[in-house]
Amino acid sequence: MESLDLFLQTFFNLEIAARYWPDILSGAGITIGLSIVVTITGLALGLALALLRALQRTWLSLPIIAFVDVMRALPPLVILIIFFFAFPLIGISMSAFTATWLSLSLVLAAYAEESVWGGILSLPRGQSEAARSTGLTWWQTMTSVVLPQAVRIALPPLTNRVISVSKNVALGSVVALSEVLNNAQSATSNAGNPTPLTMAALAYLVIFIPVMFGARRLENRLQWRV
Amino acid sequence: MDALLNNFFNIEIFQQVFPFLLRGLTVTIGLSALVIPVGLIGGLAVALLATQSSSRTVRTLIAVYVDVFRALPPLVLLIFIYFGFPFLNIDLPKLMAVALGFLLNNAAYYGEIFRAGLQSVPQGQMEAARSTGLTRRQALVHVIVPQAVRNVLPDLLSNSIEVVKLTTLASVVALPELLRVARDAQALLYNPSPIVLAALIYLAVLWPLVRLLSRLEHKNMMVK
Repeated sequence: MESLDLFLQTFFNLEIAARYWPDILSGAGITIGLSIVVTITGLALGLALALLRALQRTWLSLPIIAFVDVMRALPPLVILIIFFFAFPLIGISMSAFTATWLSLSLVLAAYAEESVWGGILSLPRGQSEAARSTGLTWWQTMTSVVLPQAVRIALPPLTNRVISVSKNVALGSVVALSEVLNNAQSATSNAGNPTPLTMAALAYLVIFIPVMFGARRLENRLQWRV
Repeated sequence: MDALLNNFFNIEIFQQVFPFLLRGLTVTIGLSALVIPVGLIGGLAVALLATQSSSRTVRTLIAVYVDVFRALPPLVLLIFIYFGFPFLNIDLPKLMAVALGFLLNNAAYYGEIFRAGLQSVPQGQMEAARSTGLTRRQALVHVIVPQAVRNVLPDLLSNSIEVVKLTTLASVVALPELLRVARDAQALLYNPSPIVLAALIYLAVLWPLVRLLSRLEHKNMMVK
């Protein structure tokens, strides 16, 4: 009984929860906002890169493949740390928000390009040939025939990746971005009690479990029934 | 240009820190060699429980476990374990804290992959195996699981690459893996070249795996 009390007092201390609730909430605002921005820019850039690669010009494809490979091979934390701690020394300084946004967007773009490109490859050639033969331009073929199908095929890996990259907003705490985890860590050391960390974990669950369920529904709805 | 060379690709500093970074790389590789097999075993157990258990309660608990740990960023989990547990007077060594965090996180991810693999094996396989006189356990071990694993090999490789990248999180709790060593060197020399060198080492180790994965994935898509 006593140990249960200790456990509750340590991780679910209501008094401390009430005191630091606003910090966690404002951190959650930043986490959600940054996740949304990263998702938008990352997916847009990834789609653009996949389109460029579909032009099948070697001088365009090679740099894209190199970019995608590098971003998939480097740990996101390393990319973030280079942006935030190394770039200022060559005269490019950026805020913690910008550095986190930029690094996560580039990572997401690489994975998105890879998934969408995989989707494009998996379409039978006849699809674009048929579209072109009806008089559609290359651009019309891509936007009205190829991409809608490719994105559908790529949807499960895409949604998984969006979720895992958004969760990486927590890495921002390493460069003192005042998102949930960072705020919770300072609150924990101020309070001398880890309840704020529990709140941070719960905040992430509250934010991301609905996103995961939403993604699952979207996948089921758009899945082709063959 | 000079600033770039001096700060990012300082050869002198590269030479100076290379031995230390190699030691960091050893820790990174050792950590990966610890957490990947443990995660794989945990994941397989999770998947078997999720698909084979006859108890509804067990299946529900596993589903909740998987969702919770897939929603929780691994860094949050790690910091919770590392900074939270001492408040309970549980003194967890760094490596244990990191390994525990990775196990909880990886078992959920690998579990989802194995589950997809197990579900991709047609029901008839089990029935045929049972009809030859194999017990359920034998059928699982010799017939179902090997096929399931082969079907999700690219996903297992992909997740394992992610796990190696995730070991950088251990730098946050000062475990001396590659990134941590590089950051310490950077702070000491006030020059970010060590981090650039660390990035190059990560690239050298992981790029071949990423290429291999790309090939496997595209081949799979073409076949489907």
